[in-house]
Amino acid sequence: MSDKPGEQSYQSIAHTTRRELAGAFVAAPMAMTLQISLASAQSTPAAAPSLPSPVGVTINGRLYALSLDPRTTLIDLLRERLDLTGTKKGCDQGQCGACTVLMNGRRVNSCLVLAVMCEGAQITTIEGLGKGAQLHPLQQAFIDRDAFQCGYCTPGQICSAAGMISEGRARTADEIREAMSGNICRCGAYPNIVAAIQDVMGQS
Amino acid sequence: MTTFIGAATSRIDGVAKVTGAAKYSAEYNVPGLAYGSIVTSTIAKGHVTRIDSSAARRVSGVYDVLTHDHRPSMASTDKAYKDEVAPTTGSPYRPLYDNEIKFSGQPIALVVAETSEIARYAASLVEVEYKPEPHVTDIHQERKSAIPVETPSSPFDAHFTPPKMRGNPDEALEQAQVLHVGEYFVPIEHHNPMELFAATVLYDQGGKLIVYDKTQGVQNVQRYVCSVLEMKPEDVRVISPFVGGAFGVGLRPQFEVVLASLAARALSRPVRVVLTRPQMYALGYRPAAIQKVSIGANRDGSLNAITHSAITATSQYEQYFRQETGWSGLLYKSANAGYEHRLAQLDLPTSCDMRSPSAPTAIFSLESAMDELAIELKMDPIALRLRCYSDRDQNNNLPFSSKALRECYQKGAEAFGWSKRNPQPRSMRDGGDLVGWGMATGIWEALQVPITVRIVLNANGTAEIACATSDIGTGTYTIIAQVGADTLGLPLENVKVRLGDSTLPQSPVEGGSWIATSVSNGVVTTSRAISDQLLLLAKTMPGSPLARLGPNDVVLANRRLQSKADATRSVSISDVMRSGGMNQIVQEKTTNPSEDTSRAHNTHSAVFAEVKVDEQLGVIRVTRVVSAVAVGRVLNKKTAHSQIMGSVVWGIGMALQEETVIDHKLGRIMNANIAEYHVPVNADIHDINVIFVDEVDNSNPLGVKGLGEIGIVGVAPAIANAVYHATGKRVRNLPITLDKVIA
Repeated sequence: MSDKPGEQSYQSIAHTTRRELAGAFVAAPMAMTLQISLASAQSTPAAAPSLPSPVGVTINGRLYALSLDPRTTLIDLLRERLDLTGTKKGCDQGQCGACTVLMNGRRVNSCLVLAVMCEGAQITTIEGLGKGAQLHPLQQAFIDRDAFQCGYCTPGQICSAAGMISEGRARTADEIREAMSGNICRCGAYPNIVAAIQDVMGQS
Repeated sequence: MTTFIGAATSRIDGVAKVTGAAKYSAEYNVPGLAYGSIVTSTIAKGHVTRIDSSAARRVSGVYDVLTHDHRPSMASTDKAYKDEVAPTTGSPYRPLYDNEIKFSGQPIALVVAETSEIARYAASLVEVEYKPEPHVTDIHQERKSAIPVETPSSPFDAHFTPPKMRGNPDEALEQAQVLHVGEYFVPIEHHNPMELFAATVLYDQGGKLIVYDKTQGVQNVQRYVCSVLEMKPEDVRVISPFVGGAFGVGLRPQFEVVLASLAARALSRPVRVVLTRPQMYALGYRPAAIQKVSIGANRDGSLNAITHSAITATSQYEQYFRQETGWSGLLYKSANAGYEHRLAQLDLPTSCDMRSPSAPTAIFSLESAMDELAIELKMDPIALRLRCYSDRDQNNNLPFSSKALRECYQKGAEAFGWSKRNPQPRSMRDGGDLVGWGMATGIWEALQVPITVRIVLNANGTAEIACATSDIGTGTYTIIAQVGADTLGLPLENVKVRLGDSTLPQSPVEGGSWIATSVSNGVVTTSRAISDQLLLLAKTMPGSPLARLGPNDVVLANRRLQSKADATRSVSISDVMRSGGMNQIVQEKTTNPSEDTSRAHNTHSAVFAEVKVDEQLGVIRVTRVVSAVAVGRVLNKKTAHSQIMGSVVWGIGMALQEETVIDHKLGRIMNANIAEYHVPVNADIHDINVIFVDEVDNSNPLGVKGLGEIGIVGVAPAIANAVYHATGKRVRNLPITLDKVIA
């Protein structure tokens, strides 16, 4: 016996519950899709499950034929299913830009894109930006200019910068600052990020 | 000898970071990984009376729902939950331990499932009933009931309790020719590193855990997990080679690691728990602070008395505080000084260290007050500061090991163009904008801690340097490689560095700006041991040119062990090792700080800011900052520049944007996300000029003082003083939002 909270009850409940649930998984009723709890302790209501959806998407030049939980976001597809962890999750709410990837050449927050919306799309992540072992000019410029510290926002910054350059609207430092303001860098590398982007824009 | 030390070297982990190859704690994917989703409390204080997880459990793919009454065993003593940097006084929070609610956002259940989608959905089905109790989350409401910080029970605590009073400050204030008294407020701020707090816990057959955790101290987390889960040290290994920012919130072990470890043990499988951004607001924060600064001055600007009193926020269950008061009587010469520090105990998580804990808060008050005094005295703000410049640490009556603050003022003012400043408020304009120029001083500590460094030197001329410390973006990997390359006489690319693994040689948490000083000198010590061993081997070589030389007569350079006096007398490292029949030489040495209690050790800065304020709308932009810092020897000009520049960005956020807003009726943070908690974005940041002034310090062999934190100190008051200069409006209450300027 133990007087520590939780300990005894865990032993008893855990074993039976898991065994019972193992059977229940197979026969889980689809009626569950209608359950939406208003008494939920979570602030963000989550979608109920439904049948897996087929998705065909090209990522970094490779075609993937996938069967996905329709709730799967593009960022979770990349990070959790395909082990493309270069795309970073900083908020999962479209607020920080760390998850920026290129979708058909345009920059998007991959946390705001459902994977099922990517049918037929071309996705480029940080892993696919360079040519093999050769760094993309932006990657090299970010190193040269020390345009990062912890490195966590960096893949998103670089993908965003690539998208911004091809948009062709930002020319001056002020315009670059404005156009890159969807990508937060908490380490505060902003002036070096702008310098790195200008280096690359100057080359092209 | 010093080809690399000091050079502007690009980060050696740069390629890993720009290609996405650098893995952070939530990025270790293994077969069978389960995902945890946390359910958090919606009340700030009380008890959970019922948790109904039955609906969650019925969801296909849910493995289990852990709660306080359904979880594996945990330790039951406070001691087990006290980590390396826990406050001395109090009972640390125990995640998922019992049904008591201590703060809103507290984890109360963990749903573990096959996928993150399932876990998150099922977590939304967990129903919780509470018995709430009255709470208090407003520091202003606790002004009267705030308790004095306790008398120190250890040297660690004594570092943070208010310094002893000197002279008779109250009497001196009464007799002062000019008296300035001001009350200043700094709100709660949250660190918001870009990486979400996460732990991926691998579980092996024998029950051992490999824990990938977001932390500034893998060994602190390792010891904590062992004591909380009552596991043997050899059964828990904590790894964290890359950390996506932390800024202090990763110093103490956080609840993600407890929850993921509990679940891994409960289910005998690997588990990942990633906090949501809102959930990260239930970790620590920079404490809100109500401060009163009184300065008694003579007409000539010399000071007779400074007093600084502070009320700072902590939780109901732990007493966290830092040196919020003592900076005032340290920075300026004053015969009389007095301090008082009290704690407001709130129904919030315990406050914690956030970039240069206490100094940006205290110095905002002091340096705003000094600006106000300069105006009353009709003195230039720099002239006033030079008038009361202190060559001694008057709190402890010690000389400084080095203090090039005068040079900071001079170089900074020169670069900024300070001499062109018209002191009259609202006198400078740029179109529709009012232009303001302000300045302030910064001060921080130069600390060194015991650390152990292992070097493996291979006969092929490569080396690996290992230490358990973390690189949280500071550039630790790179400076270690630089110092290693120089002291081992190897090319930079031949030196590999391993960090962030609890099985590596010991290191305290990475904080306090002490790791660069500690680990770089640690590399020097261990390299010396390598050199000594090589010399012993070299002496035995037939016809050795080094036969009669002692350890101090030789140096490692250009892959050779050579005579300092005559570089032509040398042998290659490879030849020495082959001749001794060795493929590897391994040395592991602990480096302790020198017991230099006869001098004070601090870094300093002079910060100059230009603001442009839209006269109609009150919108404030910080268009220029010059930060001149005196930080001893700089190991890497490139990464050091980034550290100071990034700190200035933090200071801009502190001055104009950052504020955690609480609905005190609910006891709940209202802006717990990174869109409504404002941090600077690219468009907010303009010209930042960082100047390193020459400063020679002999407190340690390399003369390093550390610079991760000094850069933020003084930025907020420089901006506040600039806003006053632009608008004539003194804002003593951070952040300086436009409503406060146009009000």
